[in-house]
Amino acid sequence: MLLEYFQMIDRVESVDAERKTLRARSVVPSKSPVFEGHFPGMPLVPGVLLIETMAQASGFLVLAATDFAAMPFLMSVDGAKMRTFVEPDAVLDIEAALEHDGSGFAVTKAKISSGGKKVCDAQLKLRTMPFDQVPLGEIVRRRAEELGLFEAIAAAGGERN
Amino acid sequence: MTATFDKVADIIAETSEIDRETIKPESHTIDDLGIDSLDFLDIVFAIDKEFGIKIPLEQWTQDVNEGKVATEEYFVLANLCSKIDQLRAAKA
Repeated sequence: MLLEYFQMIDRVESVDAERKTLRARSVVPSKSPVFEGHFPGMPLVPGVLLIETMAQASGFLVLAATDFAAMPFLMSVDGAKMRTFVEPDAVLDIEAALEHDGSGFAVTKAKISSGGKKVCDAQLKLRTMPFDQVPLGEIVRRRAEELGLFEAIAAAGGERN
Repeated sequence: MTATFDKVADIIAETSEIDRETIKPESHTIDDLGIDSLDFLDIVFAIDKEFGIKIPLEQWTQDVNEGKVATEEYFVLANLCSKIDQLRAAKA
């Protein structure tokens, strides 16, 4: 994780094409400029960054489920609950499940746990925009490659285009 | 007044916090009810779930943007409900 660069996912562990779920893992860095302000003397990962982490896992799930047809953008967050503090060096297990694949949008349920303990959960809605309308296709594919998403898709029996 | 309209009106009232009594079959979701695109996606999600369909919103938006279809065709509630019934029939 590089909090200040919004790189919230370290590795995609698996994608289940049948059940449309994704599991990922991240380790909170020991040090980050974010901790200088949040909070001095008591470093905690801000809740908004945990939501961003769930959004990114959801986004990669939507990309995998739709064969990279469109770019997901976070649109709304419902029922978000931050259940416990997340400190430096914490190992985060992130899960996202596709609840609905709509036309131009997708809905996921995502959650994070650490050491078997619930950290946070929410329902997320993402607007999806075709890559011919947003110039992010190449960047997103490169990032997906770095995170092992294509590897996970291949392991699940999917095909990489 | 169809059962589809009643259900859709309930969804709109709940999602957009609009007084249920003001929602009529002739209401235009954008011009009359003032529903914005974010709320409309919430409504479409609820309709998709309620009726087990997938409203082809991207296609409709494209049709309107290209001037092929007037917004009333999709966004006046009586017409929207008619499209929903067609999608349900096609799925059955």
